[in-house]
Amino acid sequence: MANILVIAEHDGGQLKLATLSAVAFSKRVVVDAGGAFDILVLGENVGGTAESLRNYGAAGVLVADNAQLKSPVADKYAHVIGGVAKQRGSTMVVGAASTFSKDILPRAAALMDAGMVSDVVDVSRDGDDFIFKRVLFAGNAIATVKLEGAVKFLTVRAAAFAHPAKGPDASPVVSITVEADKLPAFIQYDGSEAKVAGRPDSTEARVVVSGGRAIKNAEDFERLVGGLADALGAAVGSSRALVDSGITPNSLQVGQTGKIVAPELYIAVGISGAIQHLAGMKDTKVIVAINKDADAPIFEVADFGLVGDVYSVVPELIEKLKK
Amino acid sequence: MKILVPLKRVPDPDTKIRIQSDGSGIDLDGVKFAVNPFDAIALEEALRIEEKLGEIEIVVVSIGGDECVEQLRVGLAMGADRAVLVKTSESSDSLAIAKILAAVYQREQPDFVLMGKQAIDDDSNQAGQMLAALLGVGQATFVSKLELIENNTKARCGRETDAGIETVTVKLPAILTTDLRLNEPRYVSLPGIMKAKKKPLEEIELASLGVAAVSRTKVLKLEAPPKRKAGVRVKTVDELVDKLKHDAKVI
Ligand SMILES: Cc1cc2nc3c(=O)[nH]c(=O)nc-3n(C[C@H](O)[C@H](O)[C@H](O)COP(=O)(O)OP(=O)(O)OC[C@H]3O[C@@H](n4cnc5c(N)ncnc54)[C@H](O)[C@@H]3O)c2cc1C
Ligand SMILES: Nc1ncnc2c1ncn2[C@@H]1O[C@H](COP(=O)(O)O)[C@@H](O)[C@H]1O
Repeated sequence: MANILVIAEHDGGQLKLATLSAVAFSKRVVVDAGGAFDILVLGENVGGTAESLRNYGAAGVLVADNAQLKSPVADKYAHVIGGVAKQRGSTMVVGAASTFSKDILPRAAALMDAGMVSDVVDVSRDGDDFIFKRVLFAGNAIATVKLEGAVKFLTVRAAAFAHPAKGPDASPVVSITVEADKLPAFIQYDGSEAKVAGRPDSTEARVVVSGGRAIKNAEDFERLVGGLADALGAAVGSSRALVDSGITPNSLQVGQTGKIVAPELYIAVGISGAIQHLAGMKDTKVIVAINKDADAPIFEVADFGLVGDVYSVVPELIEKLKK
Repeated sequence: MKILVPLKRVPDPDTKIRIQSDGSGIDLDGVKFAVNPFDAIALEEALRIEEKLGEIEIVVVSIGGDECVEQLRVGLAMGADRAVLVKTSESSDSLAIAKILAAVYQREQPDFVLMGKQAIDDDSNQAGQMLAALLGVGQATFVSKLELIENNTKARCGRETDAGIETVTVKLPAILTTDLRLNEPRYVSLPGIMKAKKKPLEEIELASLGVAAVSRTKVLKLEAPPKRKAGVRVKTVDELVDKLKHDAKVI
C-alpha cells in the first residue's frame, strides 16, 4: 500500500507539465501496490490549476491557497507540505525533478526526518517496499536503491514517466487550511527576471535545438539556433560554454547541472559532447549533431551526424526546412 | 564573522568513471579525486567575501575517510583558515550528511554556511536544503549572485531556476548553495600550499559528535546506462532533411 502526495508545480497558475510525470509515477505505484494518491497545489488563486488536475485519478486535489504562498519560497512551502503529508499520513511525497522540487522537497523531507531519492527513472515493488532506479555520476551510472523509513521523498525524471490520459471521473477538490501566521519567514521573494516569451520550454518540447561554443555571439545564436528552432517549432537550449560566455541565459543550459531533456529530436549545433552535456540529453529519441570536427564525441551518440561549419550548414538547413 | 564551507571529495569531473563488473560500486583504480566543483565555488565566494570585509574565519569541513584530508588541504591552500575532518567509514546519504553538518554547525556557530548545490558523484542536490530544515534557518539554493546587505544580517541572492534568475533575500544565519556561475574558483598557488601546511586541521570521530546519522538510502547495485550506438554520417543538408523526414520521421 502506498499513500502518495504529489506536489504540483505551476508557473503563476499555469501547470508545469512535468507534474503529470509525477502523477504517472504515482499511478504506477498505486496500481502495483494498492493505495491512493493526492495532488497538492500550493499558491495564491490556484483554483484553475487544481481544476486542471481533477481528471487524473487522484483521491483528492488538495489546495493550499494563501497570499503568503504566492511565490514558491522554500521555508513556507516545505512547512505546508510537511504539515499536509503528516496530516494525510503520506508514505511517499513526489515531485518532478525540477529546480522547484529540488529546492523545496529536501527541506520538507528533513522536517519529517525522511530520506529522499532524486531523479528516479524507474520504480518496482519489492514485497511491502519499493525499489527505485536513479541516475547519478553525470548520467554515467544507474543505481538501484532502497529507501528506508515510513515516509519517502522522491523527485522523478519527466522523461521516464509518460503523461497519463485524462479520465472521466473528477477528483474532489479539498481546501487545506493555511495558518498564515505560523508560516516561517526566513526567505523573502524579491522577483524574477522577465521570461523571454515565445518559444516552448525545452523540458516540454518535442524538438530541441541547442547551440554550443561554435556560436560566436548572441545575434548568431538567435539567427542560427533560434532560426532553426522556429523553423521546427522547437525549443532552444545551449551548452554551458555559451551560458558562461554570457551568450545564452542560464535557463537554457542542458546537462548534468542544467535541464534534463528527452525530446523526440535534439539537434546539437556546434557542441562537442562533454559527458556533462550528454547527461542532459542522451535519452532523446533522435539526436542530430552538426560539428566541424569529425572526431567530436557528440558523434558517438548522434543518430545522424553532419560534419560541417554551422555557419554554412544551419542557414542552408533553415532554408530547406522552410520549403 | 565566520563562514562554514563543506567540501566533499569526489571523482574529478574530467575522469570517466567505470562501474565494477559486479555492480557493487565504481572502479576507483586510477581515478583522480577533487574537491566537488560546487564546493570549490562556495569556498571561492567565502574568500571573496573575506577580501571585501576582512576579518572573517573560514572553516572547511569534510566528512569521510582519512583520504579527505587531501581535499581539506586544497581548501586550506586556497585560503581557508582552518579545517575539520569528521571521520567515518560509513557511506552517508544527504540526510545523514545534513545531520552531521548540523552537529558541526552547532559546534562552530558560523554566521552562515556556503556549500555546493550538488555533489557531482551522487548528484542528489539535497544536503543544503536538509541542513537548513534541521537547523531551522533560511536557505537560498542555486545561488549565482550573492550580496550581503543590512550590516551583513541578510543575503540577497540571485538563484538559477528553470525559469530564469530569481531574487530572494534571506536572513542570516542561512544555508546558501552555489551554482556554477557564482564565480570561478582560484587555482591553488605554491605559497598557498606552503601556508596551508601550518594551518590547523582537526580530525574528529563521528561518534564524538553524538549524532545518529544512519543512511536511509541503500544502494543495491550500480550499472552502466544503456549505450547509445553511433548512427550514420550524412554528407549533405539534403540528405539530413531526407533522413529526418523519411527514416526517423521526426519532422
Ligand atoms: C561540474 C561541472 C558541471 C557541468 N555541467 C554542464 C552542463 O550541465 N551542461 C553543459 O553543457 N556543460 C556542463 N559542463 C561543461 C562541460 O564539461 C563542457 O565544458 C561544455 O559542455 C562544453 O560546451 P561546448 O560543447 O559548447 O564547447 P566545446 O567543448 O568548446 O565544443 C565546441 C564544439 O564546437 C565545434 N565547432 C567550433 N566551431 C564550429 C563551427 N564553426 N562549426 C561547427 N562546429 C564548430 C568544435 O569542433 C567543438 O566540438 C560542466 C562542467 C563541470 C566541471
Ligand atoms: N561527505 C561530505 N563532506 C562534506 N560535505 C558534503 C559531503 N557530502 C555532501 N556534502 C555537501 O553537500 C552538498 C550537496 O550534496 P548532495 O546532497 O550529496 O548532492 C555538497 O555540495 C557538499 O557541499
